[in-house]
Amino acid sequence: MLTYITRRILYSIPVLIISTFLSFTFVSLAGNPTDNLRANPQFSVITYNNLQHKYHLDRAIPVRYWFWVKDVFEHKLGSSLVTSQPIWPDISRTFGHTAQVIVLAEILALILGVAVGIFSAIRQYSPFDYFFTSASFLGYAMPTFWLALLLQILFVDIYLKWHVRIFYTAGLNNPGQGTWSFDRLQHIGLPVITLTIISFALYSRYMRASMLDVINTDYVRTARAKGLPENKVIMRHVFRNALIPIVTIAALNFGGLLGGAIVTESVFGLDGMGYYFIQKLGQLDIYAVMAYLVVTSTIIIFFNLIADILYGYLDPRIRYD
Amino acid sequence: MPEPVLSIRNLIVEFRTEDGVVHAVDDISYDVFPGETLGIVGESGSGKSVSTMSILGLIPQPPGRIANGTAMFKGKDLLKMKKRELRRVRGDEVAMVFQDPMTSLNPVLKVGYQLGEAIKTHYPKEPNEKVKERVIELLRLVGVPNPESRYDNYPHEFSGGMRQRAMIAMSIANSPSLLIADEPTTALDVTIQAQVLEVLKRVQAETHAATILITHDLGIVAEMCERVIVMYGGKIVEHGDVHTIFQNPRHPYTIGLMDSLPKLTEDEEWLRPIPGQPPSLINRPPGCAFHPRCFLSQGRLQCREEVPPLRPIDGGKDHASACHFAEELIGRHSKFAEPVPAGGAS
Amino acid sequence: MTEPTPVQVDKPVVSQVSDVTTPGMAVGIDGTYEAGLELKARSQWSYARNRFLRHRLAMSGLIVLVIVFGAGIFANLVAPYSFEEIDLTNVLAGPTTAAHHFFGTDEIGRDFFSRVIFGIRTSMEVGVFVAFVSSIIGVIVGAVAGYYGGWIDNILMRITDLVLTLPALAILLTAAALLGQGSQWRVSVILALFFWTGLARIVRGVFLSLREKEYVEAAKAAGSGDIRIMFRHILPNTLGPIVVNGTLSVGAAIIVEAALSFLGFGIKPPTPSLGSLIASGQQFPQKWWITVFPGLTLLIIVVAINFVGDGLRDALDPQQRRVRA
Repeated sequence: MLTYITRRILYSIPVLIISTFLSFTFVSLAGNPTDNLRANPQFSVITYNNLQHKYHLDRAIPVRYWFWVKDVFEHKLGSSLVTSQPIWPDISRTFGHTAQVIVLAEILALILGVAVGIFSAIRQYSPFDYFFTSASFLGYAMPTFWLALLLQILFVDIYLKWHVRIFYTAGLNNPGQGTWSFDRLQHIGLPVITLTIISFALYSRYMRASMLDVINTDYVRTARAKGLPENKVIMRHVFRNALIPIVTIAALNFGGLLGGAIVTESVFGLDGMGYYFIQKLGQLDIYAVMAYLVVTSTIIIFFNLIADILYGYLDPRIRYD
Repeated sequence: MPEPVLSIRNLIVEFRTEDGVVHAVDDISYDVFPGETLGIVGESGSGKSVSTMSILGLIPQPPGRIANGTAMFKGKDLLKMKKRELRRVRGDEVAMVFQDPMTSLNPVLKVGYQLGEAIKTHYPKEPNEKVKERVIELLRLVGVPNPESRYDNYPHEFSGGMRQRAMIAMSIANSPSLLIADEPTTALDVTIQAQVLEVLKRVQAETHAATILITHDLGIVAEMCERVIVMYGGKIVEHGDVHTIFQNPRHPYTIGLMDSLPKLTEDEEWLRPIPGQPPSLINRPPGCAFHPRCFLSQGRLQCREEVPPLRPIDGGKDHASACHFAEELIGRHSKFAEPVPAGGAS
Repeated sequence: MTEPTPVQVDKPVVSQVSDVTTPGMAVGIDGTYEAGLELKARSQWSYARNRFLRHRLAMSGLIVLVIVFGAGIFANLVAPYSFEEIDLTNVLAGPTTAAHHFFGTDEIGRDFFSRVIFGIRTSMEVGVFVAFVSSIIGVIVGAVAGYYGGWIDNILMRITDLVLTLPALAILLTAAALLGQGSQWRVSVILALFFWTGLARIVRGVFLSLREKEYVEAAKAAGSGDIRIMFRHILPNTLGPIVVNGTLSVGAAIIVEAALSFLGFGIKPPTPSLGSLIASGQQFPQKWWITVFPGLTLLIIVVAINFVGDGLRDALDPQQRRVRA
């Protein structure tokens, strides 16, 4: 088991390097951060050339990547070209806020999704099953941003009609409130609900399918033939085996969740990484954009690693790869 | 004659599919006596597996349905039992070994654990060390080398033959009175087949369990069974003791089966398969299910219109055949009637 | 008594069935005659088509799609107004039947129903383009990787894996922001360049498993070139997953494009897009129709596509029902 874990970690490192290099190359090729400046008549050519040299923009891309990597470790992701502000403080602050929303949504979606998936499979074709299968169809097709907007409109309406604040529809906190307050919960409630619904649709659907696959296997038949009561059959033989693919799905979904964060933060005006990214992208602030891409890639690779390890724990066949 | 361990009467099992109702088992009756090995022979689709799985409650009840019948086991009707009671019989007094060892074990649980589970389900009060001892003993009985270390292996670390041995060990863990082996060697290499059959024989000697051996391979039947039932199209078409069936078959299907086997001690130029296709179980031909492929029928009206009843015929004790014209086959010996000289297939 | 009708079989079959057969028996050449069941030989495709037609959800999805996409294709005929027609006397009106403003008007009096219809057309064009192009790329990559195996497979699959580790929406947004310039076709190309990975994996899997089969060996022995083998022998087996995946990609592409446009980086006005229509509704939360109608349209389109995709999957890849005898 330990060798398996070590191997997966070692494998992730080059993936991380190549991934960040790809992001860097892509962004650098696609947009020269000083393009805007060139058009500006107030900038002289000499200043422009100096700027190019200072930021190594006149060198080859791999060289620039190297400088950038050094910068990441020495100066913590460098400074924004547009605002000359260091990037790291913004990223670390917004990261916490985004993490709060995403982790909450993922946990809720997994618990609900797995539970509903199990019951739908056991009570196949029941009204419960039909209802949730249809609901997940809907959730699967629902554009995240639209769901967020609808919820926003709904709760604004509720407030205007009945003057009751169930959930806030913008911002992270009212002034003076903290990260772990009830007020925060009221503010992130809607984004969390949005993301939970979307992910729940995915997890419940796959869990149901996985359960049905496992229920029809030969080894479950063997378990029944041994005389095991049905609830033990489900818990010991079906559930654990059915959970295995869900681990992979949950990990793969993380990229989607981060994308969902971009959308929900924009709609609800939350001070998160996604919102930060959108702002910087609009300003064509290349280094900030790059910082965001690298941080999110790292997060995704990290969670893929966790998923691999979990998979190895659940399925002994994988360990001897 | 001793009391039968299992007595099935008029069993009918159907499946509702989107193409129609499949009559998988159509009114069959048979007995299994203590200590004997009963062979059930037939093609895929003949109903041989379904009949045994249904009495153990292993057929999902939609889409399946046990439309009729009784299955008396130790004085109780298995088909009328409540689920909980049937569950207690399953794996304890009646055990089953399935066909494909590669998929019959849970891949994420240790083999020792799974075998132990068979014991602990029925005897939860047994201390774990005793259970583990018994499992190791069982593994040794079925010929798994190094059973102490093999206990902690996962199924994928066992070969196919070893897995099937483990399955057999699992089935006899609680010394059942009846063991049902559903094509236990079909998925295995021929050499491994022989080994597994040896294991089965050894296990029978140890436990004195009655065994139902389901197979399509007549060679296995000849080797292992004392009595034989031949099934076709969901019905029993012939039954009798093994010598009679092999030497004096009295049903055209049985004869066809025998004929299709090559005999090693003779020169034969052509193989003789039974022509045609097995019948559709949804749209049965009227009359005898076998008549479209039957050489004896010759298109006679009775074959095409009347379902032949299973009736006693000469030959050996308890020999019966479901053919209108079985008498016409009297006096005819199959090619297995001659004694095989020394050195022939055993 | 009528004689049984023999079945004529072309191939020579072994001689007498047993020593009890009497000469002169009217038995077919292979000794049988058909009784009971009529066997209709059906091709694989007609069987699949029947399965699809029986799938009620898929059929209703198909009907909905025909209507909606039809409206998109014939937008000029269906829409009561043009996309830009301004009517400053009728600003921000709710949905009504007066003057055909079924979906109301927006902040400068443009008929919303028409705008949504034109938006459908754009979504449709993007979706189909992306599905088509990404399928081609995916099939080629998957086929080459699966068929040749070895280091080619390794490299191609590493690339595919890498693409999977990137944050999808962020990368697409970045690409669209830097390269897209709001053009519908540029955005479509960007999406297509990202969407191919899913199909590549599936196709690779099929090629990998099939290239060991005997009929491929036979074809090679007969001297068939690689390309021919790939196209004629193996590729037809992948058509099922390709069709299913392609259909579902249309829906996925439509949603992603809408998200990109909503955030302002995708397709920009004046080209119509359902996403940017929804975005404009953010300023007027009380005028709910501006947010609801384009979104509802999106939802309906994607749900219908998913139904059709599911039906296709059932038709082309049915689960085996396990009834053991």
